[in-house]
Amino acid sequence: MSEKEPLFSSKNLKLLREPLNDSNPITVQVLGICSALAVTVQLKPSVVMALSVIAVMAVSNVAISLLRNTIPPRIRIIIQLTVIAAMVIIVDQVLKAFAYEVSKQLSVFVGLIITNCIIMGRLEAFAMGNKPWPAFLDGIGNAAGYGVILIIVAFFRELLGSGTIWGFKVVPEAIYQAGYVNNGLMILPPMALITVGIIIWVQRSSNKKLFEK
Amino acid sequence: MKNFSNTYTFIYISGVVVVTAALLSFIAEELRPLQQRNLEIEKKQDILRSVGKAVIPEGVKNKNLYIEEEFVKYFSSGIVVNNKGEVVEGRDAFEITKNLKAEFSRPDDQRGLPLFIYEKEDGSVKYVIPMTGKGLWGQIWGYLALNEDFNTIYGAVFDHAKETPGLGAEINQKWFQQEFSGKTLFDNAGKFVSVMVMKGGADPSNPHAVDAISGGTITSKGLEAMLRENLKPYETYFKQAKIKSDE
Repeated sequence: MSEKEPLFSSKNLKLLREPLNDSNPITVQVLGICSALAVTVQLKPSVVMALSVIAVMAVSNVAISLLRNTIPPRIRIIIQLTVIAAMVIIVDQVLKAFAYEVSKQLSVFVGLIITNCIIMGRLEAFAMGNKPWPAFLDGIGNAAGYGVILIIVAFFRELLGSGTIWGFKVVPEAIYQAGYVNNGLMILPPMALITVGIIIWVQRSSNKKLFEK
Repeated sequence: MKNFSNTYTFIYISGVVVVTAALLSFIAEELRPLQQRNLEIEKKQDILRSVGKAVIPEGVKNKNLYIEEEFVKYFSSGIVVNNKGEVVEGRDAFEITKNLKAEFSRPDDQRGLPLFIYEKEDGSVKYVIPMTGKGLWGQIWGYLALNEDFNTIYGAVFDHAKETPGLGAEINQKWFQQEFSGKTLFDNAGKFVSVMVMKGGADPSNPHAVDAISGGTITSKGLEAMLRENLKPYETYFKQAKIKSDE
């Protein structure tokens, strides 16, 4: 490309928008399910997890994209993993220093971002062959697509499972006295899977591009 | 696809590793003081929690500061004892608690045993003992609050570094910790028996046993060993202090 492409050209915006719906990593590509089940009991850790993944994903994508022409193909996966692992350690250290309690709640799952297939998948499929700026947008888009699902699932799990949102009580006491009880099953991982299933169902029945013929 | 020589590949990967290592060490060093402070605050909060004192009232903006203040208010009088029952002068109970594991590896007669003393509003006194032990994957630790009789457990707080979520990690949950209230460490004859963590469930009338966690057997056993090993050295001090208070 000789002439300068605008930063937010329609092509670039598509990179950002598409993973949120049409090619969502969780609901369409069904990647990263494991961590989506584990951290979505409450809204707060889910949001922190989403932000962590966005940070890891954006920086790794840019780093790999910058290095793409110098990386020997035979060791590219090793380089990708090194970059991801370094980023994850940095995020983990920062959380331990500035958001200690949330980092305890997320426990091993921050470390497990390394194995999140969405990240490796994007590095290999996109960052290895594209310039830094589109790679950055692609990273943000995909991580946000992952994060959005996490937050939706966590919203319903926390509301129905604990009667709270972001730790604040939202279900009024009067309803409990009328016989309503929190659904204990919502706190357990199976309901996360079912919630993700319902989201997939809603998405597939409303998004024409995903209709299967 | 471009062809890269073996030499290039080796130099490249070495460069990547060196740069990454330098970056990570730098960040870890820079953040260490902050992380250490978080750990200290957590220890103070856990000690407060073991006597039911860590409820942070609404409207408190600086949580860390609040915990520091509460800790100074209620736990200003920590003492250090040894396994002969004597009070050791010149050592700080919280400094030892900060690195209990290191203290644990010293010879028995040189080990400082921290004991935090809490005076409740109603005039009764509680004693808090910090503990450390091994779970399945890593360190576990806890704080046990005892009544004035140095026998009945008033409250217990446990936590872990990396036990399995949903299984061993449950030791930091209220339902598990609540089981310990009211249990006793010594039998009727005054012999030290500690508290057992029973697989398959404990008889509720047994004053020396609590239910283990299903699927968390090794963590449960580790916790039982932690209680026994950490409390045993205090035995002499407890007995002497009890005789003194009975007189």
